[in-house]
Amino acid sequence: MTNLEKYNDIFMKMFNVPEEELESLAYKGTAEWNSMAQIALVSEIEEAFDLDFDTEDIFELKSYAIGKEMLAGKFGVSF
Amino acid sequence: MFDLRRFKDNIACITPSGEHLPYGGLQELSESIRSRLEPHRLVFCLCGNTIESLAGYVSFVDNDDATLMLDSHMEPAAFRTLFDTYRPRYVWAPEAFAVPDGAESVLAENGYVLWEFAANDTPVNENLSVLLTTSGSTGSPKLVRLSKMNLESNARSIAEYLHITSDERPVTGLPMYYSFGLSVVNSHLLMGATLLLTPASYIEREFWQFANDNGFTSFSGVPYTYEIMKKLKLWKLPMPTLRTLTQAGGKLSNELLQFFIEKYEPQGVKFYLMYGQTEATARMSYLDPAYGVTKLGSIGKGIPGGTLSLVDDEGRVIEEADNVGELVYEGPNVSLGYAECAADLMKGDENRGVLHTGDLAYRDEDGFYFIAGRKKRFLKLFGNRVSLDYVEHLLKDRLKECACVGDDSRLIVYTTDTDHNDEEIIDFLVRRTKIVRTVFSIRHIDRLPRSETGKILYKALSVD
Repeated sequence: MTNLEKYNDIFMKMFNVPEEELESLAYKGTAEWNSMAQIALVSEIEEAFDLDFDTEDIFELKSYAIGKEMLAGKFGVSF
Repeated sequence: MFDLRRFKDNIACITPSGEHLPYGGLQELSESIRSRLEPHRLVFCLCGNTIESLAGYVSFVDNDDATLMLDSHMEPAAFRTLFDTYRPRYVWAPEAFAVPDGAESVLAENGYVLWEFAANDTPVNENLSVLLTTSGSTGSPKLVRLSKMNLESNARSIAEYLHITSDERPVTGLPMYYSFGLSVVNSHLLMGATLLLTPASYIEREFWQFANDNGFTSFSGVPYTYEIMKKLKLWKLPMPTLRTLTQAGGKLSNELLQFFIEKYEPQGVKFYLMYGQTEATARMSYLDPAYGVTKLGSIGKGIPGGTLSLVDDEGRVIEEADNVGELVYEGPNVSLGYAECAADLMKGDENRGVLHTGDLAYRDEDGFYFIAGRKKRFLKLFGNRVSLDYVEHLLKDRLKECACVGDDSRLIVYTTDTDHNDEEIIDFLVRRTKIVRTVFSIRHIDRLPRSETGKILYKALSVD
């Protein structure tokens, strides 16, 4: 699996959405992405990419797109 | 119950938009709401951590109405079930909240509307003041009935052992429709303290920014809250004005407890481990922080005015140390009883000050209590208390036969039904419980294991 597939897979499973809806996913943008899901999501991403987020990263990770940017930028994950 | 006039110049609450509402202003707001209300009516109060929710709650209590506290973001179907079951005269809700037909808007205040359903005339007992749901967000129609005496005695007791004065500034990390969150509101309003009200979640930057900007002195959370605080490494965030952390609502692991004590005590922050249930308004015991380490994991001793004891299976009181039995609490904050239908709202005090908690516990030789387990079938999923029996009940319409098991990270539905769609069942559970989808799974089985008397043998169903 590529990094993008891995990343997409986490969101698709967590929120039960098809790939074409991923770009619009955001914290509080859907009923299912609440504070509880936020934490579950962070854990899944950390585990899948073997990362350790800091407080600010978790505060920042408010959408599918932002998360991807953060992973590519700060954590050097290539998509 | 609330003597707002006495503290009229104190600030009652501060919000993220910078509003500073004095107790005098809260009283005026409350009077305008009360002018539209008749006493001894049933009210549904749809709450968020906002001034309007608070003002509504204070008004209904002081007007001697019976108020069911609910989440303003609750699922419409769950609201409808409660509405049809109990037929409230009034609904106090954000204007965006869709209320059933037949309502007249009698007051609009800052984005909140007071709806009156003139056709609804459910009689309520004159001592009934507040109704709270029992299983958190699952929306079960089973409610706990509380009197004003329950609320006030528990709030006074909490204020006493936490040494709450008008200088305190708790930031609302919990919702006020939850007994623990409501106890924070009550115990501070009684003392003229300042509530920092924010609808933001403690996992958001804005929450801590608001708390620090307004000099917050205390924060309260359930075990899940503290797990997340550790995960977020929130202890690294400077919290210069924080003095008190409280935890209740389930058992925090000793490891986490020690972690937080070690992180915060050197900064002069006291960590209070507490124990309670909605059935006792909120609080039954607390551990004096002086014993935080030597009695690590203990729920402490009974709160001022309350007494704990243990009974064995035959109902005999256990006097010896270190023997496990059911924890029993006696005190003025023990609820009147449950309600499961509208007629129950007329019932009087069924508990008479004694609560069998359903928790198993033991007492050490110094008189400190420790929880050993739960008697009933409950899970704690992401901090939400979920009754397995209730989830089974919810699924009755959708599955011919099922049995739910799980641990504190998953809930597994075993079913013999082949005539359904797994995805739809999970969608339904996510909607009704508001718990993240990844905890649910459905497993197919030819036959549910049952005893000779037909009872499901849950222990024979794997949770792995």
